[in-house]
Amino acid sequence: MTDALAAASGADTARAPTVDKPEMLSWDSRARRVVVLYLPLAVFVFVLLFPFYWMAITAFKPNAELYDYKTYNPFWIHSPTLDHIRKLLFETAYPRWLLTTMTVAVCATVLSLFASVLAAYAVQRLRFRGSAYVGLAIYLAYLVPPSILFIPLATMVYRLGLFDSPLALILTYPTFLIPFCTWLLIGYFKSIPYELEECALIDGATRLQILRRITLPLAVPGLISAGIFSFTLSWNEFIYALAFIQSSENKTVPVSILTELVSGDVYQWGALMAGSLLGSLPVAIFYSFFVDYYVSSLTGAVKE
Amino acid sequence: MSVTAAPSWSRARQEPGWLARVFDSKPFLIVACLFPAVGLLMVFLTYPLGLGIWLAFTDTRIGRSGQWVGLENFEYLMGDPTFWTAVFYSVFYTAVATVGKFALGLWLALLLNNHLPFKSLIRAIILLPWIVPTVLSAIAFWWIYDPQFSIISYVFVDVLGLRDRYFDFLGSAWPARFSLIAANIWRGIPFVAICLLAGLQTISPSLYEAALLDGATPWQRFTRITVPLLMPILAIVMTFSIIFTFTDFQLVYAITRGGPVNSTHLMATLAFQRGIAGQELAEGAAIAVAMIPFLVFATLFSYFALARRKWQQGESND
Repeated sequence: MTDALAAASGADTARAPTVDKPEMLSWDSRARRVVVLYLPLAVFVFVLLFPFYWMAITAFKPNAELYDYKTYNPFWIHSPTLDHIRKLLFETAYPRWLLTTMTVAVCATVLSLFASVLAAYAVQRLRFRGSAYVGLAIYLAYLVPPSILFIPLATMVYRLGLFDSPLALILTYPTFLIPFCTWLLIGYFKSIPYELEECALIDGATRLQILRRITLPLAVPGLISAGIFSFTLSWNEFIYALAFIQSSENKTVPVSILTELVSGDVYQWGALMAGSLLGSLPVAIFYSFFVDYYVSSLTGAVKE
Repeated sequence: MSVTAAPSWSRARQEPGWLARVFDSKPFLIVACLFPAVGLLMVFLTYPLGLGIWLAFTDTRIGRSGQWVGLENFEYLMGDPTFWTAVFYSVFYTAVATVGKFALGLWLALLLNNHLPFKSLIRAIILLPWIVPTVLSAIAFWWIYDPQFSIISYVFVDVLGLRDRYFDFLGSAWPARFSLIAANIWRGIPFVAICLLAGLQTISPSLYEAALLDGATPWQRFTRITVPLLMPILAIVMTFSIIFTFTDFQLVYAITRGGPVNSTHLMATLAFQRGIAGQELAEGAAIAVAMIPFLVFATLFSYFALARRKWQQGESND
């Protein structure tokens, strides 16, 4: 494998010395390029996408085709049906779950963005003694995974009387959103020239005016990145929602599909896949509009 | 003359009210700006962390506040084979999945670092597994691993004719363990690949040109230029990956729920099963606390990798 990747990186650099050689060699390097570059890439894309294809195709297959591979080719739908989706939307509380998930994700995102903007501004712009340590502490908070926090949080949520309420999720999700957003925004604020703020200070603007009129408008791409990231992370969150929510109507989509749709020994794969597909769709659509922000925030957060 | 002029001048400066002045004073602003974030993190992160450690030394159950029992929970766990299976599988899962993710992710990153048509489209498509909620893609994997209607079995048995029996992916311990690891690798590749691709793009091409002129082989260029320059970013991504793989919950909970016969429990799922489902909060907390040493180890690894770089908020960098 390592040979292949070394060859892959060599493939286009190898062309440089062969530029004025006969076309045989360039053809050779093209064939080589197909083998070491396009073929593995195609396999990667196929493997990474196949589960989604399979999810989608299952969601639209009638049950007769779903459980009969002998007479129907499983890779294709012979008579597509909306049965599973109809059942999901009208016979379960799915729309309600979607609404809850959406509300929780939006509220948690807004709350985290508000807290993170202020914190990042304080750490990056209002330089004070120890600001680097505050930044480091916030970064370290990201390394505390929800898996070790959910049990004590469950007891806290219970004592605060928030058990089984979406508010519990809105308040706990920022624990993993704020560190990430703050980190991202610190990087963004750093890229905004400090001189702009100095000019405003000289012109008599207050700190809050500077934040609102100068820093924030310039940091809009960073805010969008942080916002969509938080939204996706809250939409995906599972363990808190599983531990803190009990009643069916307050569940989020990932939890409800697993706990409400999986019933008994016979799994309704059609409905399950339809639920997964519909649950993935909002983030996927969201994602498709903001791909570049995703990539830049993902890589930016790691690189900083 | 100047004595009378001075107060009138300073009175004009006092025009903004005391509220505005408070909001413009730096100490107040620092406190006010940090308060929401630090407050939320203190209440919902630091305090629960301490509370969790305390709970691990009590006999709390759901609906009953506990008494201090010292190390009793840990002593009980020491003699519990299920716990040791979970520890073993957590380490095994993390190790194999991390190696798999990084080998394949680095390969994919190197592929994407070439000139390609539709590069941004490919990059966007590749990130999909990472964007879609884990539980939902895990359910898709559950369906792919179905004993009767697995599409993989169908391809191997009915299309290729390589086997005569369907795979039993989740029915027994080791196949189930590897099936989960495969699903985890599938989900982790995009993140690793895109992060490493960002790292690769920061490496100056002139280094490769220089190495080429000096007669370096592709393999040498890879090991002497790419790997060392990728190391800082690799270390950070790997720390994140290790931490989140080790504490993984969703995949296992969605696909096997720890079965068959508790063989695929990770420490997180076991903590959930004992702590929330089984109502033994203290025991669940003890299992969760037992994860901390592993996480501290991973974090220190990250810190020392970071320490070699210029620290982000360092005073010297602007």
